[in-house]
Parts: sequence; structure tokens; C-alpha cells
Amino acid sequence: MAGAIRTHLGISIGAVRTRDVFHVEPALSAADAARVASEFAGPVVRRGEVGRVDDGPFDVAVSVGFKPGVTDPVGKSARVAIEDLLGRKLGAGGAVYASRVYLLSGVSRDQATRIATQLLANEVIERVAVQPFAEWQAAPPDLSVPRVVEHPPRPAGTVRLRGLDDAALARLSRERLLALSVEELRTLRAFFERAASDPARARAGLGADPTDVELECLAQTWSEHCKHKIFNATITYREEGKAPEEIRSLFKRYIQGTTSAVDAAIRARDGTSWLVSVFHDNAGVIAATGRYHLVYKVETHNSPSALDPYGGAITGIVGVNRDPFGTGLGADLLSNVWGYCFGPPDWAGQLPPGLLHPRRVRDGVHHGVIDGGNQSGIPYGRGWEFFDDRFLGKPLVYCGTVGRMPVRSAGRPTEVKAARPGDRIVMVGGRIGKDGIHGATFSSAELTEESPVQAVQIGDPITQKMMFDFLLEARQAGLYSSVTDNGAGGLSSSVGEMARQPGGAWLDLSLAPLKYQGLAPWEVLVSEAQERMTLAVPPAHLPGFLELARRREVEATDLGEFTGSGMLEVRWGRQVVGLLPLDFLHDGDPELRIEAEWKARAPVPAPAQAAPSSAAEGNALAARFLARDNLRSSELLSRAYDHEVKALTVVKPWIGLHRDVPSDASVFMIAHDGDRTGYALAEGVFPTYSDHDAWAMAQAGVDLAVRRVIAAGARADRIAALDNYCWPDPLPGEKNPDAREKAAALVRASRGLAEICIAYGVPLISGKDSMKNDAVVGGRRISIPPTLLASVIAIVDDVRRAVTLEAAQPGELLVLVGETRQELGGTEWAAARGLAGGEVPRTTPAALWPGYQAVARAIGDGLVQAAHAVGRGGLLHSLFLLARAGGLGLSADLGPSPVKGAVDWEGRLLGETTGRFLLAVEPARLDPLRAALRAVPHAVIGAFDAGARLRIGLGAAPLVDAPVDELARAWKREGRPA
Amino acid sequence: MSRPVRVLIPVGFGLNCEEETSAAFRMVGAEVELVHLTDLFAHRAPRRLADYQVLAMVGGFSYGDHIAGGLVLATRIRAHLQAELAAFLAGGGRVLGICNGFQTLTRLGLLPGPEAGPPDFVPRAALTNNDRLGYRDAWVRIAVDPKTRSVWTRGVAALDVPSRHGEGKFVVESSEVLARLDQRGQLAFRWIDAAGHPTEAWPENPNGSALGVAGVTDSTGRILGLMPHPDAFLYPWHHPDYARRRAELESKEAGGLAIFRAGVTAD
Repeated sequence: MAGAIRTHLGISIGAVRTRDVFHVEPALSAADAARVASEFAGPVVRRGEVGRVDDGPFDVAVSVGFKPGVTDPVGKSARVAIEDLLGRKLGAGGAVYASRVYLLSGVSRDQATRIATQLLANEVIERVAVQPFAEWQAAPPDLSVPRVVEHPPRPAGTVRLRGLDDAALARLSRERLLALSVEELRTLRAFFERAASDPARARAGLGADPTDVELECLAQTWSEHCKHKIFNATITYREEGKAPEEIRSLFKRYIQGTTSAVDAAIRARDGTSWLVSVFHDNAGVIAATGRYHLVYKVETHNSPSALDPYGGAITGIVGVNRDPFGTGLGADLLSNVWGYCFGPPDWAGQLPPGLLHPRRVRDGVHHGVIDGGNQSGIPYGRGWEFFDDRFLGKPLVYCGTVGRMPVRSAGRPTEVKAARPGDRIVMVGGRIGKDGIHGATFSSAELTEESPVQAVQIGDPITQKMMFDFLLEARQAGLYSSVTDNGAGGLSSSVGEMARQPGGAWLDLSLAPLKYQGLAPWEVLVSEAQERMTLAVPPAHLPGFLELARRREVEATDLGEFTGSGMLEVRWGRQVVGLLPLDFLHDGDPELRIEAEWKARAPVPAPAQAAPSSAAEGNALAARFLARDNLRSSELLSRAYDHEVKALTVVKPWIGLHRDVPSDASVFMIAHDGDRTGYALAEGVFPTYSDHDAWAMAQAGVDLAVRRVIAAGARADRIAALDNYCWPDPLPGEKNPDAREKAAALVRASRGLAEICIAYGVPLISGKDSMKNDAVVGGRRISIPPTLLASVIAIVDDVRRAVTLEAAQPGELLVLVGETRQELGGTEWAAARGLAGGEVPRTTPAALWPGYQAVARAIGDGLVQAAHAVGRGGLLHSLFLLARAGGLGLSADLGPSPVKGAVDWEGRLLGETTGRFLLAVEPARLDPLRAALRAVPHAVIGAFDAGARLRIGLGAAPLVDAPVDELARAWKREGRPA
Repeated sequence: MSRPVRVLIPVGFGLNCEEETSAAFRMVGAEVELVHLTDLFAHRAPRRLADYQVLAMVGGFSYGDHIAGGLVLATRIRAHLQAELAAFLAGGGRVLGICNGFQTLTRLGLLPGPEAGPPDFVPRAALTNNDRLGYRDAWVRIAVDPKTRSVWTRGVAALDVPSRHGEGKFVVESSEVLARLDQRGQLAFRWIDAAGHPTEAWPENPNGSALGVAGVTDSTGRILGLMPHPDAFLYPWHHPDYARRRAELESKEAGGLAIFRAGVTAD
């Protein structure tokens, strides 16, 4: 801690001591309290005291505890321990609150306040007290606790829409955080005016205005976050010199349409398809082995992570865990992936008010996902970071999870949900509080200084793990017929969505277990309090289900019933507080129309830079380049994430002799059942290519992800992809003058995506979009570059045949596959040079694919010792990684590289032309390899040796000639903060 | 052939290495049963503890490592299962604790335990925060102390294993106490350096334990706790060098299995 204070805040501090503090309610007897203190401290290293530990001198005490109502997992565990230790329950009003006191030496009060607010605490969720020593000593121990002040339950109300003009509707939307447009509110108003004549509505005592329950429920269901209105909009796309084109739903045309086309091609070829369940459930499902299917989902949690990086990120990872878990009848979770886009961690420029420093965002996000993944017992397979100034305004926090589901559970196909009328609606897991109210609508709006505290939830992985363990037992026993998670929109989304299958539902919100009293019915309905799943339980199984839950110490509550009424009926005790036809709820929103206009930028030629005049100059260039934020090794940091719990990991995220080289793809087994089939995970993301053309950006990402799994030894005909769009707002507004271009980028990225996926035979099995990645702070708008993350999962026939970047023996030859073009636009080298122009790397999917199939066959036939897909940083980065991974010397001549057009030293060494592989091959296998690649441009460009240098030349001219270790020190930034 | 040895693996509350630990015991011929801790606490499990020969406390994050690793689970076991556990041990039962399991056994006072006599459930040691960097997943090398009397180390010499913990530094009251444990062969496993010697230096020793302590046994040798994960080296292709040393690694059994075999075949 003292180290972080010195390096991050530049405060030269003396000692830092910490005290873990537990406040227990109701108060314990002195003897019981002493027992608890002694048990919690344990022998040897810690002391436990009741009241205050004798603290000796220090300068300032900083106390940090949660604000009322914030999830306190440590306090919750402490309560369990105290109750078992004392052999009695604390009772209904009882609670344990955990907090921490830091005793700082060598700082002033002002410095301590800075340390408290900028490092130790996040005032969005935590309360802080700063007391100099004298003040601390004079005051008695602080016995206050962050108890929520309970209010009597609040009744449901009515929200008057009739008679409001457009300005008033807009104000209503803003003030209630509905994120509904004026047009949507007019549609609602008209609906309720019509519905007033419905006798059912009159019988329920409901009128011509919505109740607050109905309005909030509709706002959640119609939010961009839940409804993907932009992806379903009708877009008019204009491009200079072409007739305007109307696109009805990007999703249907380019995402679903792509997968349908690929599925049809698979069926035409194989007579059957390995796509098991796509699009209609929480995650995509593909066939893997005779026993298991694989399930995969990637999500983003950007807005909450901007406000509270730790809480937002931990909620991101444990939240996406619930997607595979809530797919079909549920999947066991196998591995996580994460990836983050941040502002530069060493940002020294001005920081608009309301934004956290990117270093703090980064630290908090890592910490959150580390805790969430590790405590859930799920290894990570992939992790990456990308840095660009524009992510200062909104960081992107991608989290994903792979699961496996048995092909059949309790005699039923596991991928099929089967909720029927009469099934009970049962909520399982944590209790409901005000946390996360309006998360879905909040993330559907831009970030401002006034963004709500309530929108932040904090995930509690242990509560969730206990719930998952219980639900897997219940699944195997066949105790439920459907399951889905409570994420965005809470019960309104989960029940509203599940009700579509049976055709209706009623639920009584007064039965829902609450963390504290005082929530209005609408708050109970839309709260995004974490760690909850909603299930459909056939009445015959209800007693068995509830009994198993009780035994496993997991809360489960019967809230209502699925019906065939066509309505979602919401009750509070006997009173009906909401009555919404399902078809209006799900399909009543007005169609959105978007204008898109693409202005092709005339390519600005990139002024050439002279080649290094000597190897020494080239070495310095290489060392600086490899140390860049986007290329350097983050191995040290990543090792805080578990990557091999479950013992299914084969190719780990970090590989090589020194275990510090990122693998192209991670490879996992699926189970300990003797089956050697596995799966490979990889991704590609190129945000800066959007500065040239989002089409190229999208294709580069898919192409790299696909090449990576092929390089790892996956089957070329069993690759599936997930698309995660993170976009700046493409809807017009007074502060968003270039909305049409952002919309055009969306169209172009989607077209590029469709083209490449069809050419490669890669179906899109799941995806997500986050469309409001802008921050308006201090009157300034910061928009992220349009960013599409492509995540792929591919089947590996035998994990023992997986390939990495590791050459094994001196003498192995290095083969470059694929042509290089003069493509520097948007590359890391362009960023290093401060170059705006150049041609962006463009992919030619149909032309490339036969070559990829040939490479996959060569790897499958065992012809290749090592393989690598060239990506960001070009050949310089790739050649360095290969030398480092094998722990060998490597000499390469870029002269023989296959090229198209004129390509200078920059294009060859640093360009990022897509479609290229590097293969290491034993000399004896070179001929069969060349025969396998006869139809593909390729060349032997180098050889590994027993030395320790990386030598790269272009013909006779040396570009780099340096010890690999020396470059590695720069690349690992040894001696500098991680 | 006699009936297979029966292994109990308690599950739940955030433990998470049950799948690989089960696989490990099955691979060496044992019969494994997973039983939820709530059923053990409520005494409604299908069998009593005494019906098993081996109890395996697996790795994970019981109760999120809140307050301290293993603390809440140990407190609960003491409250609900102490008498049964004492009887199991008196009957010759063997116990393996890996990572969070080791932390739990230490908090329970089973490790290192009293110098002689039956277990008294008095904690005498702590597994505290690593000296450097906190939690870290990296492969390291450990070796058996030749003096040890642990039944879990027969036929085991040195092996590569992943270390995955943030609280693994083994601390006792004084260096004299540590020296006595060493003399008695209770410091069963050590982190070793490239030359094969116990080390206190990071990263070969991930937590900074004095004398390189990586695993500890009780005075009877029947209870073993260790921080690293032999349950994560069950196949040759688990090894991080597999891509470069495939043939050599394929030619022998994966290093983690020997520990499970020793414990299963001991009598």
C-alpha cells in the first residue's frame, strides 16, 4: 500500500498499518466479543481486540466502510462465522458490517485526504473518515454502522402521461431516468389511453395512465440495453456516388442472416449442423463431444466500471457468468475471458471533472475481475488490454464465459427451456435492494457528472457460487423446466422474457425477499441486485426444489406463476399494480429510423521514414516499440488471475521458455472424462482501424481471431464467433453532430463482419452491443472509436496436438505465409510515429480462406512445430515473440517475404497486413509443408539457432541485431511500474 | 483385490477444486464421493466420516477468503464436525489439504498439531500474506523433505506444480518452533530453486516462507497440507513445457499423481 501511495500519488509516506474492523449488531457480550476477536485474529500474525487495538503513534487514521445498502460480502461471511462460533443466530435485525482503518505515518491531514479519496476509497460506494492522531485518540471508537434507514413499504403510484406536451415528456424521461424517447412515450400514452376501455384493466382498478410499475417495466424492456433498438432500426445508408439504401435491422440482415447462411452451408456439406442453439437464449451453444455442448457469451460492463471500476468490473464478470448458466437448463462454467480498453495509464494531461484517472480505472477493473473470477473458481483463458486516449471518457470492460452443458440432463436435452403454464416463478439467490436500480436505462444514456450512484451494483462471487452449486444439483435432479438470469432490468426482464414461452405470468412483488424495507413495488421489479436467477419450477417439484435450496443455505422464493393469459400481471399482495399484454411489452415499441452517411476518406499517403542506418539504431527503435502500452508484456499483472483451476487448461495464456509470451490462442480440455477433444479461444480487436474504415476494423478483428485458433491447431470447420460492438452514440443530438458517420460506421462494420464470416464459414453464435460509449463532461464530448471485438471458440480434435509459438530446436526454419502490402494506416507503428495517413490493412476474405484451410491441414498433419498469427505490431513484434517463446536465437531476412505492390522496410517490418502466419518447421518437414502450401504465397524467411540474438535484415541491410533478453527487458518494462 | 480406498471430498461454500481432485484420486484407483458440507454439518450425508479412509480438503475460495483464508470454513467445521473428525483421525483416517484446504486445516489446528498425542484443534501456525505481489498463478518446483514421515510422500521426490495463492507464507511463533518442526520432519514439502535446494527467494518461493516451507504434516504423518496444486498436474500436457518437451513429458507419469497414490496406498 505504501508503495502504491508513493508511485501513484507521489506522496512520500512512512508506515501504513491496517485494521480490519467488524461492527456486530445486536451488540455481543464482552465475553462473546472477545471470543470472536480471538477467532478472527488466529495465532501468530494478527491481534484481535474488542474496542480499539492499542495503536501506538501514527499521524492520520483513515476509516473506509461501505455506504448504507452497498453489498458487504465480508460482513456477510463474518456473520456466518460468528453465528457458528457462538452457536446462535444474530436474529432478523442482526448484521455484521466490515470496514477497514488505515493508520498512516509521515503524512499531513490533507495528504491523507488525498490518499483516502484517490486511492483507498471510492466515495460513490464508500464512506470515508480522516482523523489526525490527536483527534482519533480523543474520540471514542466509532460505533456507527451503515444501516439502511428502513421506511414502510411505499405504495405503487400512477404516472400521468395524458396532457403532457413533448417538452414535459422529455423532462419526465430524464428525471425518472427512463431513457425513453418522446416518440416512445407518445406510443405509451396512446396505448394506455386505448387500454383504459379494456374491462380487465378496469377490474384491476387501473386507468388510462400507466402505474409507475408499468412505466418502469416498459422502460427497462424497451431500453437500448435490453432491446437493441439501434440494431433493429431501419437505417437509410448513404454513400457518395451510390443510391441510398434502406436496411431493415442490421441484426436480422448481417448477424442472423450471416449465421443462417453459414448454417445452411454446413448442412449442405455435412448433412447436419454443429450449431445447437443460437440467438434466442442468453448465450450461443455449439456441439463439442458426445457428452457435452459448449456455451459462450461475452458482455461489456462499461458505464458502471467508469463510475466504480472495482464494483463495475466484478459485476461484469460474475454477471456474464450467469449468461451461460442461464442458457438452456444451465451450463457448468469452464473459463472466463477479459479484455479492456483504457486511457493511457500514465496519462498526464488534463482530466475532465467527473472522470477517474485511467490508471485508477485500470487498477480497479483488474482487481474486480481478478476477485470475481478467482473466487468463482473459473480460470481465465484470454486477457488483453488496449490503450487509446479516447477511452478516457468511457473504458470498455469486456468479460466473457465459456460453459459446458451435458447433452442431456435428467433425460432432457439441456439446451431446451420448457416453461409451461402452471409452472411456478421462483427467484433464487441474493435479496433485492436498491442497488442497480436503472442500470439498464442508465447504460443506455451517456455518462454525465450526475450519473446515479444507485446504478452501481457490486457482485458477490461467493453468494453466486453457492447458488450455482445448488442449481447444478437441481438441474441434474430435473427439478426445474427453465432458468434465466436477473441482470439488466432485474425481475422485469427475467420474468417478462421467460413469460413469452408459456404465454403469460403473474407475480406478487410483496413476496420478494428484500435486503431492507422501504422499496416501492417498481423498485423491487427493476432492481438489478446481483446473484439472482429466475426459474420455472413445475408445481410437483416445488417442495423438493425449495427443500434442497434450504439445505444448501440458498434463498429461494415462490413469487408467482407462469400462465397462458397473454399478460404480464404484477401484484403487490392483493392489489394489481401492473397489467401489460406481452405482445405490447415486447413488440410495441415504435420503429426507430436512423440516418447514416459515409464519407470515404481519400487515403493520405504516409510519408516514408528512412530505414535505420545501423543495427544499433534499429535496436533502439525495436526496444522503444516493443515497450509501447499496446505491445508490452503484461504477464506480471495477468498472473494475479487464476488460469488453471479445474485442471483443464492445456495451452495457457502465457507460454514459452520464460512463460511470458502471450499465446495466440488458449486451449482447454472439456472434462476429465478421457475425451481429448478440446476447445481454443482467441480474439481480435483493432479500434484504431476505425479512424480509416470500420469495415476494415471489423474484418481485421475476425481475421486475427480466426487465424489465431487455426495457428493453435483448431479445426478450420468448427470455428464460431461472438460479436461485441461498442460504439459511440449513432443517434443525433445537439451535442452529437457526427451521429450519421457513427451510424455509417455501424453499417460498414456489420457488412464487413457478414462478408468475412460467410467467407470463412464462421457463424455468429452470440453477441452484444453497447451503443452509448460517450462521456459529456465539462461541456466536452469524448467518443470512443467504433470498436468491434471478435471472440472465437473453435474445436480442437486432440488437445495433445495443439501448437504454440514455441520453436523447440535450433535449425528449425521459419516460414512466412501470406502476402504483405504497404499497410500502415491505423497501425501501432502509425501511432508510434504520430502518423494519421496511410492505407488501413484490408482483408480479402474469399481469397484468403483456402490458404487458411491449407495451414490448418498442415498443422493437423503434424508438419509444424510452432505457429503464430501476425497481428498488431507487425512482423517485428511477431519475430520477437517467436524468438522469446522458444528461448532460441532467430535470424530472419524480410527480403524474400511475398509482397503485393511496392512495400518498403516499414511495410514489411511494421505493417499489419492481415492474413499472415509464421510457421516454425523442422528442416526434414519443409518439403511436405511447402507441398501443402503450394497454392498459398509463402517463403522461408529465417531460421532458429542456438544463439541468443534476434537478427532481422532486409537483404544486406540489418534492421535489428540485438540480444533477445535485452529486447525482453524493454518489452517487460523491467524496473518500471507494471 | 481388496475394496478400493474410499475418499470423501466435501464441497460447497466456495471450494472449487473438487473436479480435478476427484479425477486425481480416481486415476490412482480410489473411489471418490463428493458430499456437500451442508449435509455433513447436518449429519444427513449418506455415510459417516468413519466410513472413508481419506478426507480431502480441496482448494478454492471458501467464503471468499474473507477475514482470512480458510477461517470461516474452519470455524464452521469446528462447530459442526469436530467430534466426528476427531473420531475419524483416531481411527487412522488420512487427510490431504491443498491450498485453501491447507489453510482450513491450519486454522482448525490440525496442522502442524501437537507434538504428540491426538489432535487438540489448537491453531499453532498461520498461513499469512505472501511477501510479494499477493495472489499469483505460476509453476514452481517443490521437493519432499527426506526427513519427513508423511504417508503422502512415499515414492515422491521433486515435482513441478502450479502455485496459486495469496496467503501461503507459513509462520509459527518462533524460529525455535520452526526448527523443531523441521527436525521432526513435519515440514514435508519445500519450494526449491534450480539447483534443487529449498529456497526463500521469489519467484521460486512464491510466498517467502522461511526454510522454503510449501507443505506441512502433523506428528503422525497422516495429515498433509500443501499450498501448491498437485491436482493441476495430472496429464503430461498440463506441463507448461509440453510444446517443447513433448516426448520427454509423455514418457513418464504426470508429477502430481504420485502424492495421491501415496496417500491412497498408505495403510
